[in-house]
Amino acid sequence: MTAPSQTDPAPPGPSERSRRRPRIDDTDAAGLGRGRAAAFVAPALLLISIFLIFPALWTLYLGLTNWRLTGLAAVEPEFVGLDNYLDALTDPSFHNSLLLTLLFVFFSAVVGQSVLGFSLAWTTRRLRPSIRSLLETVVLLAWIIPASVIAFLWIALLSRHDGTLNALLGTEGTAWLLEYPMQSIIIFNIWNGTAFSMLLFSSALASVPPSQFETARMSGAGTLATLRDVVFPNIRGHILTNTLLITLWTFNVFTPYLITRGGPEGRSEILGVYIYRVALNEGALGRGAALSLIMILINLVIASVYLRLLRERKP
Amino acid sequence: MSVRQSLGVIGRYVFVAFVLAFFTLPLLWLASAPFDSAPSLTVAWPEFTLQNFRELVDNPYALRSLWNSVILAAGTVAIVLTLAALSSYALSRVRIPGRDTLLYTLLLLSSIVTGTAAMVPTFLLISELGLIDRQLGVVLVLAGGLLPTAIFILKDFMDSTPRSYEESARVYGASSLQILRQVVVPIARPGLATISVWAVVQVWGNFLVPFILLRSAEKRPAAVTMFTFYTEGGQPNLALISTFSLLFSIPVVAMYLFVNRRYGFRFHGGIKR
Repeated sequence: MTAPSQTDPAPPGPSERSRRRPRIDDTDAAGLGRGRAAAFVAPALLLISIFLIFPALWTLYLGLTNWRLTGLAAVEPEFVGLDNYLDALTDPSFHNSLLLTLLFVFFSAVVGQSVLGFSLAWTTRRLRPSIRSLLETVVLLAWIIPASVIAFLWIALLSRHDGTLNALLGTEGTAWLLEYPMQSIIIFNIWNGTAFSMLLFSSALASVPPSQFETARMSGAGTLATLRDVVFPNIRGHILTNTLLITLWTFNVFTPYLITRGGPEGRSEILGVYIYRVALNEGALGRGAALSLIMILINLVIASVYLRLLRERKP
Repeated sequence: MSVRQSLGVIGRYVFVAFVLAFFTLPLLWLASAPFDSAPSLTVAWPEFTLQNFRELVDNPYALRSLWNSVILAAGTVAIVLTLAALSSYALSRVRIPGRDTLLYTLLLLSSIVTGTAAMVPTFLLISELGLIDRQLGVVLVLAGGLLPTAIFILKDFMDSTPRSYEESARVYGASSLQILRQVVVPIARPGLATISVWAVVQVWGNFLVPFILLRSAEKRPAAVTMFTFYTEGGQPNLALISTFSLLFSIPVVAMYLFVNRRYGFRFHGGIKR
Protein backbone atom coordinates (compact mmCIF):
# COMPACT_ATOMS: atom_id res chain seq x y z
CA MET A 1 0.00 0.00 0.00
CA THR A 2 3.04 2.22 -0.24
CA ALA A 3 2.29 2.81 -3.89
CA PRO A 4 0.27 5.90 -4.72
CA SER A 5 -3.41 5.11 -4.82
CA GLN A 6 -4.65 3.81 -8.11
CA THR A 7 -7.40 6.39 -8.20
CA ASP A 8 -4.88 9.21 -8.34
CA PRO A 9 -5.13 10.82 -11.76
CA ALA A 10 -1.99 10.42 -13.81
CA PRO A 11 0.15 13.38 -12.84
CA PRO A 12 0.82 15.77 -15.69
CA GLY A 13 4.31 17.01 -16.38
CA PRO A 14 5.67 18.51 -13.17
CA SER A 15 7.02 21.72 -14.64
CA GLU A 16 3.80 22.68 -16.36
CA ARG A 17 1.73 21.89 -13.27
CA SER A 18 3.90 23.63 -10.74
CA ARG A 19 3.85 26.81 -12.75
CA ARG A 20 0.10 27.01 -12.48
CA ARG A 21 -0.31 26.06 -8.84
CA PRO A 22 2.92 26.59 -7.00
CA ARG A 23 3.62 24.66 -3.79
CA ILE A 24 0.42 22.67 -3.94
CA ASP A 25 0.43 18.93 -4.31
CA ASP A 26 -0.84 17.35 -7.50
CA THR A 27 -3.75 15.69 -5.82
CA ASP A 28 -4.53 18.43 -3.32
CA ALA A 29 -7.96 19.22 -4.70
CA ALA A 30 -9.18 20.95 -1.55
CA GLY A 31 -6.17 23.24 -1.46
CA LEU A 32 -5.11 22.17 2.01
CA GLY A 33 -1.44 22.91 1.59
CA ARG A 34 1.20 21.32 3.73
CA GLY A 35 0.71 23.59 6.73
CA ARG A 36 -2.96 22.88 7.20
CA ALA A 37 -2.44 19.22 6.38
CA ALA A 38 0.10 19.00 9.20
CA ALA A 39 -2.38 20.70 11.55
CA PHE A 40 -5.01 18.10 10.60
CA VAL A 41 -2.62 15.26 11.34
CA ALA A 42 -1.14 16.70 14.54
CA PRO A 43 -3.92 15.89 17.07
CA ALA A 44 -3.97 12.21 16.11
CA LEU A 45 -0.18 12.02 16.21
CA LEU A 46 -0.11 13.68 19.62
CA LEU A 47 -2.55 11.18 21.11
CA ILE A 48 -0.73 8.24 19.53
CA SER A 49 2.63 9.56 20.74
CA ILE A 50 1.49 9.93 24.35
CA PHE A 51 -0.55 6.76 24.76
CA LEU A 52 1.11 4.34 22.37
CA ILE A 53 4.67 5.35 21.53
CA PHE A 54 5.72 6.86 24.84
CA PRO A 55 4.69 3.81 26.94
CA ALA A 56 6.67 1.55 24.62
CA LEU A 57 9.81 3.69 24.91
CA TRP A 58 9.31 4.22 28.63
CA THR A 59 9.55 0.46 29.26
CA LEU A 60 13.21 0.76 28.25
CA TYR A 61 13.77 2.86 31.36
CA LEU A 62 11.18 1.31 33.66
CA GLY A 63 12.63 -2.15 33.16
CA LEU A 64 15.89 -0.91 34.66
CA THR A 65 14.28 0.24 37.93
CA ASN A 66 12.84 -1.47 40.99
CA TRP A 67 9.57 0.44 40.74
CA ARG A 68 6.88 -1.14 42.91
CA LEU A 69 3.15 -0.68 43.22
CA THR A 70 3.32 0.09 46.95
CA GLY A 71 5.89 0.89 49.60
CA LEU A 72 9.12 2.88 49.44
CA ALA A 73 10.07 1.84 45.91
CA ALA A 74 6.73 3.20 44.73
CA VAL A 75 7.75 6.72 45.77
CA GLU A 76 11.44 6.65 44.96
CA PRO A 77 12.22 3.88 42.52
CA GLU A 78 15.92 3.10 42.22
CA PHE A 79 17.99 2.24 39.19
CA VAL A 80 18.89 -1.44 39.33
CA GLY A 81 20.48 -1.97 35.93
CA LEU A 82 19.86 -5.26 34.26
CA ASP A 83 18.75 -7.07 37.43
CA ASN A 84 15.14 -7.42 36.25
CA TYR A 85 16.25 -9.05 33.04
CA LEU A 86 18.68 -11.37 34.78
CA ASP A 87 15.99 -12.30 37.31
CA ALA A 88 13.50 -12.96 34.53
CA LEU A 89 15.88 -15.09 32.51
CA THR A 90 16.76 -17.25 35.50
CA ASP A 91 13.23 -17.50 36.91
CA PRO A 92 11.67 -20.96 36.39
CA SER A 93 8.16 -19.49 36.35
CA PHE A 94 9.19 -17.25 33.43
CA HIS A 95 10.56 -20.25 31.55
CA ASN A 96 7.37 -22.11 32.33
CA SER A 97 5.27 -19.23 31.04
CA LEU A 98 7.32 -18.88 27.87
CA LEU A 99 6.99 -22.58 27.12
CA LEU A 100 3.23 -22.52 27.76
CA THR A 101 2.90 -19.49 25.46
CA LEU A 102 4.78 -21.31 22.74
CA LEU A 103 2.50 -24.35 23.07
CA PHE A 104 -0.56 -22.11 23.21
CA VAL A 105 0.35 -20.18 20.06
CA PHE A 106 1.48 -23.24 18.15
CA PHE A 107 -1.45 -25.53 18.89
CA SER A 108 -4.29 -23.06 19.11
CA ALA A 109 -3.32 -20.67 16.31
CA VAL A 110 -0.75 -22.07 13.89
CA VAL A 111 -2.28 -25.55 13.89
CA GLY A 112 -5.82 -25.23 15.28
CA GLN A 113 -7.23 -22.02 13.85
CA SER A 114 -5.41 -22.32 10.52
CA VAL A 115 -6.39 -25.91 9.81
CA LEU A 116 -9.96 -25.60 11.07
CA GLY A 117 -10.41 -22.23 9.37
CA PHE A 118 -9.15 -23.59 6.06
CA SER A 119 -11.22 -26.77 6.32
CA LEU A 120 -14.31 -24.68 7.00
CA ALA A 121 -13.62 -22.36 4.08
CA TRP A 122 -12.98 -25.37 1.83
CA THR A 123 -16.03 -27.37 2.91
CA THR A 124 -18.58 -24.58 3.08
CA ARG A 125 -18.06 -23.73 -0.60
CA ARG A 126 -20.02 -26.81 -1.58
CA LEU A 127 -22.70 -26.70 1.09
CA ARG A 128 -26.29 -25.57 0.73
CA PRO A 129 -26.40 -21.79 1.32
CA SER A 130 -28.65 -22.18 4.38
CA ILE A 131 -26.28 -24.60 6.14
CA ARG A 132 -23.31 -22.55 5.08
CA SER A 133 -24.66 -19.35 6.56
CA LEU A 134 -25.71 -21.13 9.76
CA LEU A 135 -22.20 -22.52 10.15
CA GLU A 136 -20.56 -19.18 9.41
CA THR A 137 -22.86 -17.39 11.83
CA VAL A 138 -22.02 -19.58 14.83
CA VAL A 139 -18.29 -19.41 14.05
CA LEU A 140 -18.55 -15.62 13.88
CA LEU A 141 -20.61 -15.43 17.07
CA ALA A 142 -17.79 -17.21 18.89
CA TRP A 143 -15.53 -14.43 17.65
CA ILE A 144 -17.58 -11.30 18.30
CA ILE A 145 -19.29 -11.97 21.63
CA PRO A 146 -17.40 -10.10 24.40
CA ALA A 147 -14.53 -12.05 25.97
CA SER A 148 -15.88 -11.99 29.51
CA VAL A 149 -19.13 -13.56 28.31
CA ILE A 150 -17.55 -16.33 26.27
CA ALA A 151 -15.15 -17.02 29.13
CA PHE A 152 -18.10 -17.76 31.38
CA LEU A 153 -19.78 -19.86 28.68
CA TRP A 154 -16.68 -22.07 28.72
CA ILE A 155 -16.56 -22.17 32.50
CA ALA A 156 -20.17 -23.38 32.40
CA LEU A 157 -19.41 -25.90 29.62
CA LEU A 158 -16.42 -27.38 31.43
CA SER A 159 -17.73 -27.11 34.98
CA ARG A 160 -16.92 -30.06 37.21
CA HIS A 161 -20.33 -30.71 38.70
CA ASP A 162 -23.05 -29.68 36.31
CA GLY A 163 -21.11 -28.72 33.19
CA THR A 164 -22.72 -29.62 29.88
CA LEU A 165 -19.63 -31.46 28.63
CA ASN A 166 -19.60 -33.86 31.57
CA ALA A 167 -23.32 -34.43 31.16
CA LEU A 168 -22.85 -35.26 27.47
CA LEU A 169 -19.81 -37.48 27.83
CA GLY A 170 -20.99 -39.13 31.04
CA THR A 171 -17.78 -38.07 32.78
CA GLU A 172 -19.47 -36.68 35.88
CA GLY A 173 -16.95 -35.07 38.24
CA THR A 174 -14.13 -34.43 35.75
CA ALA A 175 -12.65 -31.01 36.53
CA TRP A 176 -11.42 -30.17 33.03
CA LEU A 177 -10.05 -26.76 33.99
CA LEU A 178 -8.04 -28.18 36.89
CA GLU A 179 -6.88 -31.42 35.29
CA TYR A 180 -6.31 -30.18 31.73
CA PRO A 181 -5.95 -26.38 32.01
CA MET A 182 -3.64 -25.94 29.00
CA GLN A 183 -5.65 -28.23 26.73
CA SER A 184 -8.81 -26.40 27.79
CA ILE A 185 -7.57 -22.92 26.93
CA ILE A 186 -6.07 -24.17 23.65
CA ILE A 187 -9.40 -25.67 22.56
CA PHE A 188 -11.13 -22.54 23.82
CA ASN A 189 -8.87 -20.30 21.75
CA ILE A 190 -9.45 -22.37 18.62
CA TRP A 191 -13.17 -21.96 19.20
CA ASN A 192 -12.77 -18.24 19.85
CA GLY A 193 -10.51 -17.29 16.95
CA THR A 194 -11.16 -19.60 13.99
CA ALA A 195 -13.52 -17.07 12.38
CA PHE A 196 -10.65 -14.91 11.13
CA SER A 197 -8.89 -17.77 9.34
CA MET A 198 -12.20 -18.93 7.91
CA LEU A 199 -12.97 -15.47 6.50
CA LEU A 200 -9.47 -15.00 5.13
CA PHE A 201 -9.32 -18.42 3.48
CA SER A 202 -12.84 -18.02 2.08
CA SER A 203 -11.80 -14.94 0.20
CA ALA A 204 -8.49 -16.60 -0.75
CA LEU A 205 -10.31 -19.58 -2.25
CA ALA A 206 -12.63 -17.26 -4.14
CA SER A 207 -9.57 -15.73 -5.78
CA VAL A 208 -8.34 -19.03 -7.24
CA PRO A 209 -9.17 -19.01 -10.97
CA PRO A 210 -12.14 -21.39 -11.55
CA SER A 211 -10.52 -22.59 -14.78
CA GLN A 212 -7.74 -24.19 -12.76
CA PHE A 213 -10.27 -26.15 -10.69
CA GLU A 214 -11.92 -27.18 -13.93
CA THR A 215 -8.64 -28.41 -15.38
CA ALA A 216 -7.90 -30.37 -12.21
CA ARG A 217 -11.35 -31.95 -12.33
CA MET A 218 -11.04 -32.84 -16.01
CA SER A 219 -7.71 -34.55 -15.45
CA GLY A 220 -9.31 -36.59 -12.68
CA ALA A 221 -7.34 -35.12 -9.77
CA GLY A 222 -8.63 -36.07 -6.32
CA THR A 223 -9.15 -33.61 -3.48
CA LEU A 224 -5.63 -33.94 -2.14
CA ALA A 225 -4.04 -33.50 -5.56
CA THR A 226 -6.25 -30.48 -6.24
CA LEU A 227 -5.26 -28.93 -2.93
CA ARG A 228 -1.58 -29.58 -3.52
CA ASP A 229 -1.35 -28.58 -7.18
CA VAL A 230 -4.04 -25.91 -7.57
CA VAL A 231 -5.07 -24.42 -4.26
CA PHE A 232 -1.93 -24.10 -2.14
CA PRO A 233 0.29 -22.60 -4.86
CA ASN A 234 -2.39 -19.96 -5.43
CA ILE A 235 -2.98 -18.98 -1.82
CA ARG A 236 0.54 -19.19 -0.42
CA GLY A 237 0.50 -15.47 0.35
CA HIS A 238 -2.77 -15.77 2.25
CA ILE A 239 -1.43 -18.67 4.28
CA LEU A 240 1.58 -16.62 5.34
CA THR A 241 -0.54 -13.58 6.19
CA ASN A 242 -2.94 -15.69 8.19
CA THR A 243 -0.21 -17.51 10.10
CA LEU A 244 1.67 -14.37 11.04
CA LEU A 245 -1.39 -12.36 12.07
CA ILE A 246 -2.96 -15.05 14.22
CA THR A 247 0.44 -15.79 15.75
CA LEU A 248 0.80 -12.15 16.74
CA TRP A 249 -2.73 -11.92 18.11
CA THR A 250 -2.68 -15.23 19.94
CA PHE A 251 0.63 -14.31 21.53
CA ASN A 252 -1.08 -11.19 22.96
CA VAL A 253 -4.29 -12.85 24.09
CA PHE A 254 -5.41 -12.23 27.68
CA THR A 255 -8.79 -13.98 27.65
CA PRO A 256 -7.54 -17.29 29.17
CA TYR A 257 -7.04 -15.33 32.39
CA LEU A 258 -10.82 -14.95 32.59
CA ILE A 259 -11.21 -18.73 32.53
CA THR A 260 -8.32 -20.18 34.54
CA ARG A 261 -6.55 -17.09 35.94
CA GLY A 262 -3.29 -18.78 35.02
CA GLY A 263 -3.92 -21.64 37.41
CA PRO A 264 -3.86 -24.13 38.82
CA GLU A 265 -0.31 -23.42 40.07
CA GLY A 266 0.67 -21.53 36.95
CA ARG A 267 -0.14 -24.42 34.65
CA SER A 268 -1.99 -22.18 32.18
CA GLU A 269 -0.02 -18.99 32.86
CA ILE A 270 0.71 -17.69 29.36
CA LEU A 271 2.98 -14.64 29.06
CA GLY A 272 0.34 -11.91 29.31
CA VAL A 273 -1.17 -13.50 32.40
CA TYR A 274 2.30 -13.94 33.92
CA ILE A 275 3.10 -10.25 33.42
CA TYR A 276 -0.21 -9.32 35.03
CA ARG A 277 0.55 -11.45 38.09
CA VAL A 278 4.12 -10.22 38.54
CA ALA A 279 3.46 -6.53 37.90
CA LEU A 280 -0.05 -5.74 39.05
CA ASN A 281 -0.87 -8.57 41.47
CA GLU A 282 2.47 -8.82 43.22
CA GLY A 283 3.35 -5.20 42.54
CA ALA A 284 6.80 -5.64 40.97
CA LEU A 285 6.30 -2.98 38.31
CA GLY A 286 9.97 -2.67 37.31
CA ARG A 287 10.18 -6.41 36.82
CA GLY A 288 6.90 -6.35 34.91
CA ALA A 289 8.20 -3.56 32.67
CA ALA A 290 11.23 -5.68 31.78
CA LEU A 291 8.89 -8.52 30.85
CA SER A 292 6.70 -6.10 28.88
CA LEU A 293 9.72 -5.04 26.86
CA ILE A 294 10.58 -8.66 26.09
CA MET A 295 7.01 -9.18 24.91
CA ILE A 296 7.03 -6.01 22.77
CA LEU A 297 10.30 -7.11 21.16
CA ILE A 298 8.89 -10.54 20.29
CA ASN A 299 5.86 -8.75 18.79
CA LEU A 300 8.22 -6.55 16.82
CA VAL A 301 9.95 -9.55 15.30
CA ILE A 302 6.68 -11.19 14.20
CA ALA A 303 5.23 -7.93 12.88
CA SER A 304 8.35 -6.95 10.93
CA VAL A 305 8.37 -10.29 9.14
CA TYR A 306 4.73 -9.71 8.25
CA LEU A 307 5.19 -6.15 7.03
CA ARG A 308 8.19 -7.14 4.95
CA LEU A 309 6.15 -9.83 3.23
CA LEU A 310 3.28 -7.39 2.70
CA ARG A 311 5.58 -4.91 0.99
CA GLU A 312 7.16 -7.55 -1.19
CA ARG A 313 3.79 -8.64 -2.44
CA LYS A 314 2.64 -5.11 -3.27
CA PRO A 315 5.63 -3.45 -4.91
CA MET B 1 -21.90 -41.59 -7.98
CA SER B 2 -19.00 -43.83 -7.11
CA VAL B 3 -18.45 -45.28 -3.67
CA ARG B 4 -15.50 -42.97 -3.19
CA GLN B 5 -17.56 -39.90 -4.02
CA SER B 6 -20.37 -40.84 -1.70
CA LEU B 7 -17.89 -41.50 1.08
CA GLY B 8 -16.57 -38.00 0.41
CA VAL B 9 -20.04 -36.51 0.75
CA ILE B 10 -20.69 -38.43 3.96
CA GLY B 11 -17.32 -37.38 5.31
CA ARG B 12 -18.09 -33.77 4.53
CA TYR B 13 -21.41 -33.84 6.34
CA VAL B 14 -19.96 -35.64 9.35
CA PHE B 15 -17.29 -32.94 9.55
CA VAL B 16 -19.87 -30.16 9.22
CA ALA B 17 -22.09 -31.71 11.88
CA PHE B 18 -19.16 -32.07 14.24
CA VAL B 19 -17.93 -28.50 13.74
CA LEU B 20 -21.44 -27.14 14.05
CA ALA B 21 -21.85 -28.96 17.37
CA PHE B 22 -18.46 -27.75 18.59
CA PHE B 23 -19.27 -24.11 17.91
CA THR B 24 -22.90 -24.22 18.99
CA LEU B 25 -22.56 -26.16 22.23
CA PRO B 26 -21.00 -23.38 24.37
CA LEU B 27 -23.39 -20.81 22.89
CA LEU B 28 -26.54 -22.73 23.76
CA TRP B 29 -26.32 -21.76 27.42
CA LEU B 30 -26.60 -18.11 26.44
CA ALA B 31 -29.87 -18.88 24.70
CA SER B 32 -31.43 -21.16 27.31
CA ALA B 33 -30.31 -20.08 30.79
CA PRO B 34 -31.65 -16.48 30.74
CA PHE B 35 -35.17 -17.80 30.24
CA ASP B 36 -35.01 -20.75 32.61
CA SER B 37 -36.90 -20.45 35.89
CA ALA B 38 -34.17 -22.48 37.62
CA PRO B 39 -31.00 -21.79 35.61
CA SER B 40 -28.08 -24.18 36.15
CA LEU B 41 -24.73 -24.51 34.39
CA THR B 42 -26.06 -27.37 32.27
CA VAL B 43 -27.73 -26.53 29.00
CA ALA B 44 -31.37 -27.57 29.29
CA TRP B 45 -34.66 -26.78 27.62
CA PRO B 46 -35.85 -23.82 29.73
CA GLU B 47 -38.89 -23.74 31.97
CA PHE B 48 -39.78 -20.42 30.38
CA THR B 49 -39.76 -17.26 32.49
CA LEU B 50 -38.74 -13.64 32.17
CA GLN B 51 -38.34 -13.37 35.93
CA ASN B 52 -34.51 -13.57 35.68
CA PHE B 53 -34.39 -10.15 34.10
CA ARG B 54 -35.62 -8.70 37.42
CA GLU B 55 -32.15 -9.52 38.77
CA LEU B 56 -30.66 -7.00 36.35
CA VAL B 57 -32.81 -4.21 37.70
CA ASP B 58 -32.25 -5.23 41.32
CA ASN B 59 -28.48 -5.49 41.03
CA PRO B 60 -26.87 -2.10 41.76
CA TYR B 61 -24.05 -2.56 39.21
CA ALA B 62 -25.60 -4.42 36.28
CA LEU B 63 -27.40 -1.71 34.31
CA ARG B 64 -24.99 0.94 35.49
CA SER B 65 -22.01 -0.96 34.07
CA LEU B 66 -23.76 -1.29 30.72
CA TRP B 67 -24.23 2.46 30.75
CA ASN B 68 -20.51 2.84 31.57
CA SER B 69 -19.71 0.71 28.53
CA VAL B 70 -21.83 3.03 26.42
CA ILE B 71 -19.91 6.04 27.78
CA LEU B 72 -16.52 4.45 27.09
CA ALA B 73 -17.56 3.36 23.60
CA ALA B 74 -19.09 6.72 22.71
CA GLY B 75 -16.11 8.68 24.02
CA THR B 76 -13.56 6.50 22.26
CA VAL B 77 -15.45 6.47 18.98
CA ALA B 78 -15.89 10.25 19.05
CA ILE B 79 -12.15 10.78 19.46
CA VAL B 80 -11.08 8.08 17.00
CA LEU B 81 -13.53 9.16 14.33
CA THR B 82 -12.74 12.88 14.54
CA LEU B 83 -8.97 12.57 14.67
CA ALA B 84 -8.81 9.75 12.12
CA ALA B 85 -11.05 11.61 9.67
CA LEU B 86 -8.97 14.78 9.92
CA SER B 87 -5.62 13.07 9.58
CA SER B 88 -6.57 10.48 6.96
CA TYR B 89 -8.07 13.21 4.81
CA ALA B 90 -4.93 15.32 5.03
CA LEU B 91 -2.70 12.30 4.40
CA SER B 92 -4.79 11.28 1.43
CA ARG B 93 -4.78 14.67 -0.26
CA VAL B 94 -1.40 16.11 0.56
CA ARG B 95 1.86 14.30 0.06
CA ILE B 96 3.55 15.15 3.35
CA PRO B 97 7.17 13.95 3.20
CA GLY B 98 7.54 10.47 4.63
CA ARG B 99 3.80 9.86 4.60
CA ASP B 100 3.90 6.20 3.70
CA THR B 101 6.66 5.43 6.15
CA LEU B 102 4.65 7.22 8.81
CA LEU B 103 1.54 5.18 8.09
CA TYR B 104 3.46 1.91 8.14
CA THR B 105 5.33 2.79 11.31
CA LEU B 106 2.09 3.68 13.07
CA LEU B 107 0.45 0.45 11.96
CA LEU B 108 3.48 -1.52 13.08
CA LEU B 109 3.48 0.21 16.45
CA SER B 110 -0.19 -0.37 17.11
CA SER B 111 0.18 -4.06 16.38
CA ILE B 112 3.18 -4.56 18.66
CA VAL B 113 2.30 -2.21 21.54
CA THR B 114 -0.80 -4.17 22.47
CA GLY B 115 -2.80 -3.82 25.66
CA THR B 116 -1.29 -7.02 27.00
CA ALA B 117 2.32 -6.30 26.12
CA ALA B 118 2.18 -2.68 27.31
CA MET B 119 0.01 -3.09 30.39
CA VAL B 120 2.78 -2.08 32.79
CA PRO B 121 3.89 1.20 31.16
CA THR B 122 0.28 2.10 30.37
CA PHE B 123 -0.73 1.56 33.98
CA LEU B 124 2.20 3.67 35.23
CA LEU B 125 1.60 6.44 32.70
CA ILE B 126 -2.05 6.73 33.66
CA SER B 127 -1.08 6.70 37.35
CA GLU B 128 1.45 9.49 36.83
CA LEU B 129 -1.14 11.52 34.92
CA GLY B 130 -3.56 11.12 37.84
CA LEU B 131 -6.10 9.41 35.59
CA ILE B 132 -6.37 6.12 37.49
CA ASP B 133 -10.00 5.31 38.20
CA ARG B 134 -11.14 7.91 35.67
CA GLN B 135 -13.04 6.88 32.56
CA LEU B 136 -11.12 9.51 30.61
CA GLY B 137 -7.91 7.52 31.11
CA VAL B 138 -9.49 4.38 29.65
CA VAL B 139 -10.89 6.35 26.69
CA LEU B 140 -7.52 7.94 25.89
CA VAL B 141 -5.59 4.66 26.07
CA LEU B 142 -8.14 2.86 23.91
CA ALA B 143 -8.28 5.71 21.39
CA GLY B 144 -4.48 5.82 21.13
CA GLY B 145 -4.42 2.10 20.39
CA LEU B 146 -7.19 2.19 17.78
CA LEU B 147 -6.18 5.35 15.91
CA PRO B 148 -3.37 3.97 13.69
CA THR B 149 -5.54 1.23 12.20
CA ALA B 150 -8.45 3.65 11.84
CA ILE B 151 -6.27 6.16 9.98
CA PHE B 152 -4.81 3.45 7.77
CA ILE B 153 -8.21 2.11 6.72
CA LEU B 154 -9.86 5.52 6.39
CA LYS B 155 -7.03 6.77 4.20
CA ASP B 156 -7.82 3.97 1.77
CA PHE B 157 -11.44 5.11 1.73
CA MET B 158 -10.46 8.75 1.28
CA ASP B 159 -8.12 7.83 -1.58
CA SER B 160 -11.02 6.32 -3.46
CA THR B 161 -13.39 9.28 -3.09
CA PRO B 162 -13.54 11.61 -6.09
CA ARG B 163 -11.79 14.95 -5.77
CA SER B 164 -13.87 16.93 -8.25
CA TYR B 165 -16.47 17.99 -5.64
CA GLU B 166 -13.76 19.43 -3.44
CA GLU B 167 -12.41 21.43 -6.34
CA SER B 168 -15.81 22.95 -7.08
CA ALA B 169 -16.49 23.64 -3.40
CA ARG B 170 -13.16 25.42 -3.29
CA VAL B 171 -14.07 27.50 -6.31
CA TYR B 172 -17.12 28.69 -4.36
CA GLY B 173 -14.85 29.75 -1.53
CA ALA B 174 -15.44 27.02 1.07
CA SER B 175 -12.78 26.66 3.77
CA SER B 176 -10.87 23.39 4.23
CA LEU B 177 -12.85 22.42 7.32
CA GLN B 178 -16.11 23.21 5.55
CA ILE B 179 -15.09 21.08 2.61
CA LEU B 180 -14.19 18.24 4.94
CA ARG B 181 -17.46 18.47 6.85
CA GLN B 182 -19.87 19.12 4.03
CA VAL B 183 -18.28 17.42 1.04
CA VAL B 184 -15.84 14.72 2.13
CA VAL B 185 -17.59 13.30 5.18
CA PRO B 186 -20.86 12.54 3.34
CA ILE B 187 -18.94 10.79 0.56
CA ALA B 188 -16.75 8.82 2.95
CA ARG B 189 -19.72 7.75 5.08
CA PRO B 190 -19.36 3.99 4.47
CA GLY B 191 -15.76 4.18 5.63
CA LEU B 192 -16.66 6.21 8.69
CA ALA B 193 -19.49 3.82 9.55
CA THR B 194 -17.16 0.84 9.26
CA ILE B 195 -14.60 2.47 11.53
CA SER B 196 -17.27 3.38 14.10
CA VAL B 197 -18.70 -0.11 14.27
CA TRP B 198 -15.23 -1.61 14.45
CA ALA B 199 -14.19 0.77 17.25
CA VAL B 200 -17.40 0.18 19.24
CA VAL B 201 -16.90 -3.59 19.03
CA GLN B 202 -13.30 -3.21 20.20
CA VAL B 203 -14.17 -1.04 23.17
CA TRP B 204 -17.35 -2.90 24.12
CA GLY B 205 -15.54 -6.19 24.60
CA ASN B 206 -12.25 -4.82 25.96
CA PHE B 207 -11.54 -6.27 29.37
CA LEU B 208 -7.89 -5.64 30.20
CA VAL B 209 -7.63 -1.84 29.91
CA PRO B 210 -10.60 -0.94 32.17
CA PHE B 211 -9.68 -3.87 34.42
CA ILE B 212 -6.27 -2.41 35.26
CA LEU B 213 -7.17 1.30 35.09
CA LEU B 214 -10.46 1.51 37.00
CA ARG B 215 -10.90 0.79 40.69
CA SER B 216 -14.42 1.70 41.79
CA ALA B 217 -17.20 -0.76 41.08
CA GLU B 218 -19.58 1.98 39.96
CA LYS B 219 -17.24 3.08 37.15
CA ARG B 220 -16.55 -0.35 35.69
CA PRO B 221 -17.84 -1.20 32.24
CA ALA B 222 -19.88 -4.35 31.64
CA ALA B 223 -16.85 -6.41 30.57
CA VAL B 224 -15.24 -6.03 34.00
CA THR B 225 -18.49 -6.22 35.98
CA MET B 226 -19.34 -9.47 34.22
CA PHE B 227 -16.02 -10.92 35.43
CA THR B 228 -16.68 -9.83 39.03
CA PHE B 229 -20.12 -11.46 38.90
CA TYR B 230 -18.56 -14.90 38.54
CA THR B 231 -15.36 -14.49 40.48
CA GLU B 232 -16.21 -12.53 43.59
CA GLY B 233 -16.99 -15.09 46.24
CA GLY B 234 -20.03 -17.18 47.02
CA GLN B 235 -22.40 -19.11 44.78
CA PRO B 236 -22.60 -17.38 41.37
CA ASN B 237 -26.03 -15.89 40.72
CA LEU B 238 -26.83 -17.64 37.44
CA ALA B 239 -30.05 -15.74 36.83
CA LEU B 240 -28.10 -12.51 36.95
CA ILE B 241 -25.06 -13.78 34.99
CA SER B 242 -27.12 -15.28 32.17
CA THR B 243 -29.42 -12.32 31.62
CA PHE B 244 -26.54 -9.87 31.92
CA SER B 245 -24.47 -11.86 29.40
CA LEU B 246 -27.33 -11.77 26.95
CA LEU B 247 -27.97 -8.05 27.31
CA PHE B 248 -24.24 -7.32 27.09
CA SER B 249 -23.79 -9.42 23.92
CA ILE B 250 -26.82 -8.20 21.98
CA PRO B 251 -25.38 -4.81 20.87
CA VAL B 252 -22.28 -6.27 19.19
CA VAL B 253 -24.27 -9.07 17.58
CA ALA B 254 -26.81 -6.54 16.30
CA MET B 255 -24.04 -4.35 14.94
CA TYR B 256 -22.47 -7.31 13.20
CA LEU B 257 -25.79 -8.10 11.54
CA PHE B 258 -26.19 -4.46 10.54
CA VAL B 259 -22.73 -4.20 8.99
CA ASN B 260 -23.11 -7.56 7.34
CA ARG B 261 -26.36 -6.55 5.67
CA ARG B 262 -25.29 -3.04 4.78
CA TYR B 263 -21.68 -3.39 3.66
CA GLY B 264 -20.79 -7.08 3.80
CA PHE B 265 -18.66 -8.35 6.66
CA ARG B 266 -16.21 -10.48 4.75
CA PHE B 267 -14.30 -7.59 3.39
CA HIS B 268 -13.60 -6.04 6.77
CA GLY B 269 -13.11 -9.33 8.54
CA GLY B 270 -9.45 -8.63 9.06
CA ILE B 271 -9.81 -5.57 11.18
CA LYS B 272 -11.74 -6.91 14.11
CA ARG B 273 -8.90 -7.01 16.63
